[in-house]
Amino acid sequence: MNITLTVNGQSIARDVEPNVLLADFLRDHLRLTGTHVGCDTTQCGCCIVHLDGKAVKSCTIFAVQADGSSVLTIEGLAAPDGTLHPVQAAFREHHGLQCGFCTPGMVMMGADIVRRIPGADEQTVRHELEGNICRCTGYQGIVEAIVDAASQGARS
Amino acid sequence: MGQFGIGQPVRRKEDVRLLTGKGRYTDDVHLEDQQWAVFVRSPHANAKILSIDTSAALESPGVTHVLTGADLRDGGVKPISADMNFTSREGKPMFKPERRIMPVDFARYMGEPLVLVLAESLEEAKAAAELVALDFEELPCVTATARAAEPDAPVIYSEHGSNVSVHWENRAPDEIDAIIAAAPHKVTVDLVNNRLIVAPMEPRCAVAAYDPADDRITLWSPTQGVRPAQASFAQLLGIPKEKLRVISDDVGGGFGIRSKRYPETAAVAFAARKTGRPVKWRGDRSETFVSDHHGRDQVNHCVMGLDANGRILALRLETIVNVGAYCGDNGPRLPIDGGGRIIPTGYDIEKFYFSVKPVYTNTVPTDTYRGAGRPEANYIMERLMDAAAQECGLTRDEIRRRNLIPLSKLPYRTQMNFVYDSGDFVGVMEETLKAADWDGFQARRAESEKRGLLRGIGIASFVEQAGGRPTEEMRVKLGADGAATVFAGTFSHGQGHETVYAQMVNDYLGVPFERIKFVQGDTDTTPPGGVGTFGSRSSMMGGVAVRRSCGQIILKGKRIAAHLMQANAEDVIFEEGLFRVGVSSVTIEEVARAAADPSKLPEGEKPGLDESNLFEREADLMNFPNGCHIVEVEVDPELGTVQIVKYTAVDDCGVVLNPLLVHGQVYGGVAQGIGQALTEDAVYDESGQLLTGSFMDYGMPRAHHFSHIEAHFDETQPCKTNEIGVKGAGEAGACGAPPAFVSAVCDALKPYGVKHIDMPLTPERVWRAIHSAKPRAA
Ligand code: FES
Ligand code: FES
Repeated sequence: MNITLTVNGQSIARDVEPNVLLADFLRDHLRLTGTHVGCDTTQCGCCIVHLDGKAVKSCTIFAVQADGSSVLTIEGLAAPDGTLHPVQAAFREHHGLQCGFCTPGMVMMGADIVRRIPGADEQTVRHELEGNICRCTGYQGIVEAIVDAASQGARS
Repeated sequence: MGQFGIGQPVRRKEDVRLLTGKGRYTDDVHLEDQQWAVFVRSPHANAKILSIDTSAALESPGVTHVLTGADLRDGGVKPISADMNFTSREGKPMFKPERRIMPVDFARYMGEPLVLVLAESLEEAKAAAELVALDFEELPCVTATARAAEPDAPVIYSEHGSNVSVHWENRAPDEIDAIIAAAPHKVTVDLVNNRLIVAPMEPRCAVAAYDPADDRITLWSPTQGVRPAQASFAQLLGIPKEKLRVISDDVGGGFGIRSKRYPETAAVAFAARKTGRPVKWRGDRSETFVSDHHGRDQVNHCVMGLDANGRILALRLETIVNVGAYCGDNGPRLPIDGGGRIIPTGYDIEKFYFSVKPVYTNTVPTDTYRGAGRPEANYIMERLMDAAAQECGLTRDEIRRRNLIPLSKLPYRTQMNFVYDSGDFVGVMEETLKAADWDGFQARRAESEKRGLLRGIGIASFVEQAGGRPTEEMRVKLGADGAATVFAGTFSHGQGHETVYAQMVNDYLGVPFERIKFVQGDTDTTPPGGVGTFGSRSSMMGGVAVRRSCGQIILKGKRIAAHLMQANAEDVIFEEGLFRVGVSSVTIEEVARAAADPSKLPEGEKPGLDESNLFEREADLMNFPNGCHIVEVEVDPELGTVQIVKYTAVDDCGVVLNPLLVHGQVYGGVAQGIGQALTEDAVYDESGQLLTGSFMDYGMPRAHHFSHIEAHFDETQPCKTNEIGVKGAGEAGACGAPPAFVSAVCDALKPYGVKHIDMPLTPERVWRAIHSAKPRAA
């Protein structure tokens, strides 16, 4: 099937089999390997990208479902001049990552939370992260980072 | 000490790369012309393999090769043999079954790889794998730990006649039994240390390519140190280690299991050479669940005698550890050498009997997982101390106060022959009690009660043992431009070494932080004596080697600086990046430039400022991180749910190189410990099928399971066995959290007379404990 979509601001046209997952399309077809795959049961959130501005698990939808849409991956989150997105910067500031494998999904989810819930508090963020697993950090730095970024959002 | 020096909460150098999607993990490696690999695995827990027919698979579209264990064996691939030898008290050696990579005679666990299918695409390889015809004769199997040791259990290896590999004991029990029998107080505790699935977030994978021109295989794989991987996989493949290059770029978590030898990795490397084309294997999560080594899995029977004042007189421990179908790299070692040697942890106990029976079962082998036997050891001691408090009518802090090794007794030789060099166990506990407001707990309990919740508080005092293997090599090089590069023998897979070693080099040599580069994870550049990162060893082993490499650079720098300033090298002082004699000075940058220019060097001096240090420690001179953790929980008696509401930790990790990162280690360790205690349990059914085969059925702890962890360091007792004073930080949390948590829940359920619940404390187990006790309590 021919699909046309925008990925990180770039227009892309490709021929894909209808059973190719968006995660595999991004990783294997476009070689955007920043999006990770950590499970096969839609549990871990390592694969989260933004589809038309909303966080989705890219392992759970087919690439053809993104036809005509706009996809933002971790590679496209920072400003073109390299300035980190506030959530990325907060992750660095609060040591929200160790091995970095869950990080792209966590950051994309964090950016989604911050957009939807300015001023989100600790409990809210912990529950919003229901679908994201991190094995390294004990979540503390991740939660602190998102709360911090959400408070900046609330102030601005 | 500058802004980027030792002890500062320096933000990580590695972060921007990892935060912008520029990490490079094994699955990101894509080689032109690669074949995709899929393993066909045993569906049975214990079975005789009658036949393997690959003909239909070979005919399948896109298939390039199908390899069986026979191809590997005929190609010179060796079985995995465990390098350990424990004997019984009578001198009987341990039994270690042969572990073939893809066996052809018997399959011993569900998920054991048997056939490797290679195809042009992953889909084609998967489809062909379905066509491999395997014929089995199923055999009776055993999976449960205690059951495997029973005399009438099905015996897996008939040639040995028992599932018990060896009955190891530290001494004869008679004297200990007599003391316990005569003791005024006696406590008995039976524990299950639940089996865990380690589940680093990056599933295991491997990519290999063969270069016929120099007859060399390059293997990309997530490891915890490329040098040991190179040595062990070269040995398995039957090739000299120069003929195998191992690369680990970014690795998505290790926790012990990544440093082990896996049959899949060896098979992929073999296949690349055999077929002459690159091979890529992407393990998915389900495969990782059945084939990654699992962790823990012990049952413990523990008896302790105390005097009338609650002082421990003697201790008797019996452990059965489930090592799975084969003897893993560390399996039986974990309770004996790993945990066993730190029992009785921080307590001053002279009389101690310890027995360990490693048992084989039809499960994937168990091996090192964060803490490697020490969390189990601490769990045993802390559950015993709680029981002893009740028996003796003392509070849980008081029983510990009376039995912890006092500061005045340090250095202290343990029963199992370690010397605790430093550690104020009582002091750390007192600090934690204060920080957690232990004394104010009753008011908080009353407040929770108003909301219909049962509040409990739990405490654990623990001792860890860190340092691991006794050698490590690090190399520090200053370029002609004055920029530094650290070539690490250790291997960072989340710990932040790029940052910490740069802080050290910045501190020792005065090279600006941003001008320090970091290289690791490639046998072409990793120092030959490199070992890796496990057992919380990098700060001590890598740290000391970095410090000494820098020391060597300074020494040589002084000779060059003296030559430049026409002075004596002995008169040169080095401070904050400057070599000085009297009023004249040269910067380290100038010295680095001169070092590259033979005309500027003293006679006989080799150009360059490039120094390696192979640090060799006396094997038993490890370090002993310790701490005290206090947890408060609220239990909903209607639902059996447990919520952590307060967590306080005081850790003695010696000198803290970067508090931000060491806190990260504590939080991560605590989370894994709480995971074990609250949500995680790997369950095989009686037929040997793994019931918890994905994140759907296996309870990974999530953000909402935790509350904010308040962590402090006690830096009053720097380590005396290394010159930087550090103690390992990686595994402490996993030691402290499980016993503190269980202690807290049992405290909450005290009104119901609940003394102990086995981990994990799921709502069901807690609810049952409440409801089975209720009639009596009422
Ligand atoms: S990979 Fe998408 S949820 Fe795990
Ligand atoms: S940082 Fe390693 S899994 Fe989250």
